[in-house]
Amino acid sequence: TNNISCSVQRLVKGNFSRLPLGTKVCERLVRGFVGRQRSASSWTAVCTQRAVCKQRAVCKQRTQPTVTCHTSARSVDPDELRRFQSLAGKWWDDHGEFAALHALNDLRVPFIRDNLLNVHRTRVPGKPLGGLRILDVGCGGGLLTEPLGRLGANVLGIDPVGDSIGTAKLHSSIDPDLRDRVRYRACTLEELSAEREGGGREEQGAAQFHAVVASEVVEHLADLETFGLCCNHVLKPGGSLFITTINKTNLSYALGIVVAEQLLRIVPSGTHDWEKFISPVELERLLESNGFSVQSVRGMLYNPASGAWSWTDSTAINYALHAVKVRDDPDANQAEGHAEAAHS
Amino acid sequence: MHKLTRATLAFNGLGRCLVADKHVSALQIHSRGFVCAQHVDDLGKNEVYDIIISGGGMVGSAMACSLGMDRNLEGKKILLLEAGNKKVMHKVPDTYSTRVSSISPGSATLLTGVGAWEHITKMRCKPYKRMQVWDACSDVLITFDKEDMQDEMAHIVENDVVVAALTKQLDDLSDNVQVKYRSKVVKYSWPMPHQQANAIPWVKVTLASGESVETKLLIGADGPNSMVRQELGIPTVKWNYDQSAVVAVLHLSESQKYLLTLPRPILCALQLSDTESSLVWSTSHQQAQELLELDEESFVDAINSAFWSNENQSELIETAGSLFRSTLSAIMPSAGSPRQLPPSVAGIGPKSRVKFPLGIGHASEYIRHRVALIGDAAHRVHPLAGQGANLGFGDVACLTRILSQAAFDGKDLGAMQHLLEYETERQRHNLPMMAAIDLMKRLYSTNAAPVVLLRTFGLQATNMVPALKEQIMGFASK
Repeated sequence: TNNISCSVQRLVKGNFSRLPLGTKVCERLVRGFVGRQRSASSWTAVCTQRAVCKQRAVCKQRTQPTVTCHTSARSVDPDELRRFQSLAGKWWDDHGEFAALHALNDLRVPFIRDNLLNVHRTRVPGKPLGGLRILDVGCGGGLLTEPLGRLGANVLGIDPVGDSIGTAKLHSSIDPDLRDRVRYRACTLEELSAEREGGGREEQGAAQFHAVVASEVVEHLADLETFGLCCNHVLKPGGSLFITTINKTNLSYALGIVVAEQLLRIVPSGTHDWEKFISPVELERLLESNGFSVQSVRGMLYNPASGAWSWTDSTAINYALHAVKVRDDPDANQAEGHAEAAHS
Repeated sequence: MHKLTRATLAFNGLGRCLVADKHVSALQIHSRGFVCAQHVDDLGKNEVYDIIISGGGMVGSAMACSLGMDRNLEGKKILLLEAGNKKVMHKVPDTYSTRVSSISPGSATLLTGVGAWEHITKMRCKPYKRMQVWDACSDVLITFDKEDMQDEMAHIVENDVVVAALTKQLDDLSDNVQVKYRSKVVKYSWPMPHQQANAIPWVKVTLASGESVETKLLIGADGPNSMVRQELGIPTVKWNYDQSAVVAVLHLSESQKYLLTLPRPILCALQLSDTESSLVWSTSHQQAQELLELDEESFVDAINSAFWSNENQSELIETAGSLFRSTLSAIMPSAGSPRQLPPSVAGIGPKSRVKFPLGIGHASEYIRHRVALIGDAAHRVHPLAGQGANLGFGDVACLTRILSQAAFDGKDLGAMQHLLEYETERQRHNLPMMAAIDLMKRLYSTNAAPVVLLRTFGLQATNMVPALKEQIMGFASK
C-alpha cells in the first residue's frame, strides 16, 4: 500500500502540470480526496468533482483531438486496496469468500463470449475467442481471466493489489494452455492507458484491445469518469466494454449489503459501499458521454440456497452491461473493417 | 484353449486392471497391432494432457471417439491408455465370439454419432424385435415386442466387433486423440483439491514402461475391478451373486427370430443370427464348473433339458396360473401376443464355452476432483437384461455433453461443478435400472410357491397390459 500511495501522490503532482484548464480548483479538490474514503458526507464534494471532470473532459476534447488520461489514479480508493490485500490468498477457494464470484462465471463468461462472437465472426473450432485481445480490469486472482484465456483470447489482467496479481500469476503459470495467453500486471487502468500513450509509436496500434472487462469493479471505484475515459482510450474502435456491477436501489441495500454481508456472509463484511453503487441509467449516461453506445443491460440474481446465479428481468440488484466504443469516422473504420476481414 | 479364466487373460498379455471381461475375448483377436508407446518430451517435465481415458474397452473407446469428434473440444489433448493390444478386424471371423452385448437404440444412436455404427453393421450384428421371458416353474410367459415391426428393439453385437469398429474410428481421429496400446498403468497420483506450492495440480499416471503423463481430467473406464476406483478409495456397494455365468454359442435346430430369457436357472439366449444364439447361463459356481467340463454332447443335452424341462412346475401353481390366465383373457380377450416355443439346440460353437463369476457393483461416487468413472468401473450389473454396455454408453453420451459445454464456457475440465452434474444425472438413471435387474434376478432365483405365484400373476398381467410393457421397453431402450 505504501508504494501505491506514493505513486498516487507522484502522479497527482507530476501530471497536473500538463492539464490545460481549471488546474487550481482541481488541485485543491484532489488533495482533499487522496486518502479520504468516499462516504455519504462527501457526496456533494464528489458531485462537484465530477462536474469539474466533465467540464475538463469537454474542454480537452475541444482543444486536443486525442484524449489524454493523465489524471491521477484517484479512481482507486486506498481503503479498498487494503481490504482486498488481506483476502489475496483466498481467491481460488471455490467455497471460500469468493464462492459467489466463482459461480458468477457461469453467467459472465457466456455473456462476454456470446457478445464477442456476435461482433467478431472468425471462429476457430475449440477456441471461440481466438485472436482477440482482452483487458480484464480489476482481475483479482484471475477468476475471470483464466476462462477467457481458455477460450483462446490473449488476456491481460490488471489489478492494483500486488498480492492478488501474485496469486493470479502463480495459479495460471502451472497450466501450459494458459501460460502463453494470460498475462498479469499490478497496475491501475490509468497507468496502463497512460503508458500506451507514452510508449513508442510502434506500440500504439498493436497495444489496443478488442474488449475490456470490468466485472464487479465499478462499485469499488472512486472516479468513474476517469474510468470511462481510460476504457475508451485503450479500446479499439468498435471494441466492447463489459461491466457487471450492483444497482443503487433500496433493494440492493437490503439484499446486497444487509443480507449478503451481515446476515448470510455471502461476501465479507464491508466489501461494498452502497454509495458507490451506480444505477444502469446513470452508468449508461456516463458511458455514452464517453464515446460508448450501450448495447444491452441484463439483470442477474444470486440464489444463496443453491449458490447459483441466473439471468433475470429486473436490474434492481446486480446487472451486466455491454457497450461498444463508437467508431469516430464511419468511412475510415469501414475500410479498417474490410482490411481486418481480409487479413483474418 | 477351453477355459478362460482371468488369470489366463492376464497371461495373454492383457492387463487385468484395465480390461473388463465383457469386451475381450482372446480367442477372437485376429491381428495384433503392435503400436509403440510414443515418447514424451523429455524436458524433465511430464506431458500434460487435457483428458486421459484409462481403459480401451467398448466404453473407453467410445468415450475417446466421442470426445475426439466434439467440436468444442477440438485442440484439446486427449489420450487413451489401453493395456491390451490393438484390436483390428479385417475380416469378421466365421465363428461367433462368446461375449456379446445387447445394444439398445440409445446406444446405437451414440455409436452412429461417433461413426462406428456403420462399421458394426458392415461387420456383423443382429437386430431383434421380440423378447420372451418364460418362467420355469409355471407355464407362463411374457412377450415384449414392438408394434411397428420396422423399428428394431435392439441389436445383438459381439463385443469384439464393437471394439474393432471403435478402434477403426479412432484411427481416423488420430489428430485429436492419441492412443497408447500395451500401456499398463501402475500408479495414479491424485492432486490436492486446493493448489499448493510445489505440488502437481494434475493427476499423474505412471505407466509400466516408466513414463509418466499428467492430465487435467482422468476418466476411469477400466472395468468392474477398476484400479482408478480402488486407488481413490471410493466405497463401492457390491456383492457377488453366488453364481457364475457360462457363456456359449449355440447352433439351433430350427430358425429362431427372437431373444429368449428363461429364469431359474437363469438362461438367456441372445440371437446372433437365424440359427445361432449366444447363451448366458447363470447358475451356481459348482454347476457352472460342471457344465464347463461336460463334453459337447452332454452340454447340449443339458441345455435342451433346461429349456424344455417341466420338473419345477407344481400342480398348484399350474392350476392357479391357468385360472388367472383365463380370467384375464375374459376381461381382455385381445391382449397378449403369440408365443414361441423354446428352441432346441443342435450343437454348440467349437471351443466357445467360457465361465465368469457374476456380481453387482455400484460405486457410491462416480467422480472426484479431476476424476470421473464411466462404464463398469462405476456400475456392474447381471448380464440377464443385457444392459451393462448400454448403461456405459449412456455414461459416455452424458459426460461428453457436459464436458463439451464446460469447454465452451472456458471451465477447467477437471472442476467438480460440472462433474457433479454428470454424477447426479447418471446415478438417477442407473440406480433404478440396476435395482430392477437385481430384483428380477432375485425374483427368478427362487422356487418358493408364493414368489412363483406372484411372478406368475405379475408376468401374465404385464403381458396383457400393453402400456406397461411399452414403459418397460422404453426405459430399457434409452
